[in-house]
Amino acid sequence: MFDRRLIQNFDWVLLLLLLFIATISIINLYSATYAIRNAGGAQVFTKQIYWFSIGFIVLFIMTSFNYYRLERFANAFYFLSIALLILVLIAGKVTSGSQRWLGFGPISFQPSELAKISVVMVLARFFSEEGGYREYRLRDLGRPFILIGIPTLLILKEPDLGTAILVVVVSASIILFVKINRKSLLIIVLTALSVAPFIWLNLKEYQQKRIMTFIRPDKDLFGAGYHIHQSKIAIGSGQVWGKGFLKGTQTKLHFLPEQHTDFAMSVLAEEWGFIGAALLLCLYLLLILWGLNIAKDSKDKFGSITAIGIVAFIFWQVVINVGMVTGLLPVVGIPLLLFSYGGSSLISTMAAMGLLMNISMRRFMFQGSYIPKK
Amino acid sequence: MRKSDFDPVSKDIFNKRLKRLTLIIVVVFSILILRFWFLQVVNGHMYRAKSENNRIRILDIPPFRGMILDRNGEIFVDNRPSYDLYVIPEEVQDWEKLIINLNLLTGLDPESVKLKLNKEKRKPPFSPVCLKRDMSRNELAKIESHRFNLPGIIVKIASQRHYIYGKSASHILGYLGEINEKQLSSGRYVGNKSGDLIGKSGVEKKWQKYLNGIRGGEQVEVEAAGRIIRVIAQKQAIPGANVCLTIDKDLQAVAEKAMIGKRGAIVAMDPDNGQILVMVSSPSFDPNLFVEGIDETTWKEMALSKKFPLQNRALAGQYSPGSVFKIVVALAGLEEGVIDFGDEVVCNGIYKLGRSSFRCWKRGGHGKVNLYRALAESCDVYFYKLGEQLGIDRISEYARKFGLGEATGIDIGQEKRGLVPNRAWKLKKYGESWQGGETLSTVIGQSYVLVTPIQMVVAVAAVFNGGNIFEPQITRWVGKNEAEKIYEFVPVLKGNLGFRQENLEIVKKALIGVVNDPHGTGKRARFKNVTVAGKTGTVQVVTRKRQQELQKLNKDNEIPYKARDHAWFVAVAPAAKPRIAIAVLVEHGGHGGSTAAPIAREIISEAIKKNYIFREPR
Repeated sequence: MFDRRLIQNFDWVLLLLLLFIATISIINLYSATYAIRNAGGAQVFTKQIYWFSIGFIVLFIMTSFNYYRLERFANAFYFLSIALLILVLIAGKVTSGSQRWLGFGPISFQPSELAKISVVMVLARFFSEEGGYREYRLRDLGRPFILIGIPTLLILKEPDLGTAILVVVVSASIILFVKINRKSLLIIVLTALSVAPFIWLNLKEYQQKRIMTFIRPDKDLFGAGYHIHQSKIAIGSGQVWGKGFLKGTQTKLHFLPEQHTDFAMSVLAEEWGFIGAALLLCLYLLLILWGLNIAKDSKDKFGSITAIGIVAFIFWQVVINVGMVTGLLPVVGIPLLLFSYGGSSLISTMAAMGLLMNISMRRFMFQGSYIPKK
Repeated sequence: MRKSDFDPVSKDIFNKRLKRLTLIIVVVFSILILRFWFLQVVNGHMYRAKSENNRIRILDIPPFRGMILDRNGEIFVDNRPSYDLYVIPEEVQDWEKLIINLNLLTGLDPESVKLKLNKEKRKPPFSPVCLKRDMSRNELAKIESHRFNLPGIIVKIASQRHYIYGKSASHILGYLGEINEKQLSSGRYVGNKSGDLIGKSGVEKKWQKYLNGIRGGEQVEVEAAGRIIRVIAQKQAIPGANVCLTIDKDLQAVAEKAMIGKRGAIVAMDPDNGQILVMVSSPSFDPNLFVEGIDETTWKEMALSKKFPLQNRALAGQYSPGSVFKIVVALAGLEEGVIDFGDEVVCNGIYKLGRSSFRCWKRGGHGKVNLYRALAESCDVYFYKLGEQLGIDRISEYARKFGLGEATGIDIGQEKRGLVPNRAWKLKKYGESWQGGETLSTVIGQSYVLVTPIQMVVAVAAVFNGGNIFEPQITRWVGKNEAEKIYEFVPVLKGNLGFRQENLEIVKKALIGVVNDPHGTGKRARFKNVTVAGKTGTVQVVTRKRQQELQKLNKDNEIPYKARDHAWFVAVAPAAKPRIAIAVLVEHGGHGGSTAAPIAREIISEAIKKNYIFREPR
């Protein structure tokens, strides 16, 4: 039953990269919650170790079946996540003004995490169904747009702007990758631009404020601009070598907000300096490049596009989060994947990583059996 | 072969795109890494400084202001603890309940609490907000006993300026007020900053620099919410120097008591060195009000009052000297050789100059008077004649020798110069020539001539101390104590009258007569065992005729307050070797002899009790 080639093809590089990032994350979380260790901080740290352990188990589970099967289940999986997204709007827990969590007894999770993966899979399935190469035109993209639009709107309704943006940019990345007709692209961009003002008017006040703050960050250092201002001070003050482990004053004295979640990267940069920050970014870059390598080695379109979708996830989350904490992008509540504290997103990320590994492990399944068509 | 398996063509296209994608990703990550480079390496210093700035705060340790003492070391002004009510917003659990409780315990208005909190909204949540300064003992006790019910409430002790005797000596001591922008930027208040209280008048202003002390500071590490984590460094504040005045608290108190309900001024001075022993200006004010934060109504009432409580009348009150001025005219006459001690003039109550006639205050006249009687009984006619002989310019010249018409140099307030008129002055001021009749008014201390009480005390002291004009001073020493002085009193001799001794003796004798002669106008200042010398003065504010008219109009046949004469009395005691010189002025007090002289007597009486008269006082 179990193919020995699976062991031979086991992706040690991917596993090592993940272990590396996980280790840095846990060390960093220890420091980020050190100042509040007697007020629940220690719990955060140990909890994250549990989450990572569970995450790695999920990762192995995700490698245990052939991902070909997922192609068949992609639609069902997609509809399940849509159903859960609807359910969360009806029966979800309301926390700080948004309805994102579904609880099943002691376990609670965010259906939007599931939706992220399922959208990638339905898109991968859609774009792999065509046997040959083609350039997609607008009229071909009706179905994908609906597939993307439904979960996006549902997530926006929670509201969870960060995840919604992520779903859109990841989907857009996939569509751009599979090649879209230039004229169609132009039409889409123009439409997006003309709709933008209406979106602006429909944003919540705090969301508008964040964007304004991004455009004029120096305007309100104690109000909306406070987070970014303090984050930049934390990062900058780390200088080249950092202030040392547990010695970040911005962190320990609570000047830096959300230090174990959205701004975990700032803690690292303050205590480990440019060296630490650059190292972590390089690990993410390696992870992404390795993911692209897996996409390249995959023998089928579904696997390849899924891999690219997962890479897009990693890429965009890193870019949006790091862009945010360094003041390059407006504040959007997106944690740094694999690095920030948070169980639900870690598990779904690890599941996605498992899927990536699954694709990687099965890249040579057809060694020798591949006969090029004449 | 599955449907989704790659065909070689699309595989090639895929791989080409993957290469392009790789390039894009590497570029984006380079931008991110460059961003860190920019923040951490290029601008790292700036952000490091900012993070230090975030973390380290300098807290003020205000210095204790120096005390102000009387000449014997009795405390006039010190600092007392002020129990101030603060709230730490972060530690409050239930605002509604807290505000209600505070209202019940201290009567603190809920609206004002909200207002204060709103004002300091921007501060970090752990920095305390002051709700009420200087709680009463009662309020403090209530707060302390309900402390467990008031989470977030703390009481801080601050030092508050305390003028122990309230209104007493307030014109000398002065008052404090918040430093203003102009003063801050003037560079004269090094070490002071916005919000500081500085001396705005009197001794508080004169010695501000030394009284203030040197601010200390505490370098502390704070967290974002403002809570202090630890003290990094501390520099103790250096308390201000004490100021010992030349004022005698007991004499001052007696003088103040005598002036209760009256307006006017009293100055008493040591004639041998210019040390001021008493300085009263009535009505007075309570400088404590300024420290506690004066409300607008009280301030307006004080500043705009027709009684001018803030004005120091001893220095800034300019009055006609009345008959006191005769001392000056008499000495001028003697020095100029115009009169001799024995010369007699017949006073029949009226003196004619051209077509006008000038009255003596005594109806029917004094009869034959020489200089002694003219001074002792204050005969106007004698001086009219003398004045006519001297002429205004010579009189004014002598007046200036006494220091009239110029500041005495005591620098604790807005001192006025008074006015000594002469021909040139009138021509310049009014463009008219001097009239002979004006000279006659001037010799009896009416018309243009104006003096301040402190000028008068310096002048009368000079007659008795051998002609020495001293600069009046108010400070004995400044320093930590008498042994560690920064400044010590040194008498400042501004000049000497330069008169012949026998002339001075003649006038001195006459001034003894003012008090001790059976007909003397100042007999109410007489003592059995101490020879007091002096001179009375009664200043007409309106003409006698007008005064009588007004009196008739008034239903209880009294002269209206504003039309009453000012009462002067200047004195020294003991006459042979004076230890104290006094000038008393009571606005609208009536006759100098009946109103001002008894007040001087009370002060001399206290001075006898305190051994100023019979013993070396230093």
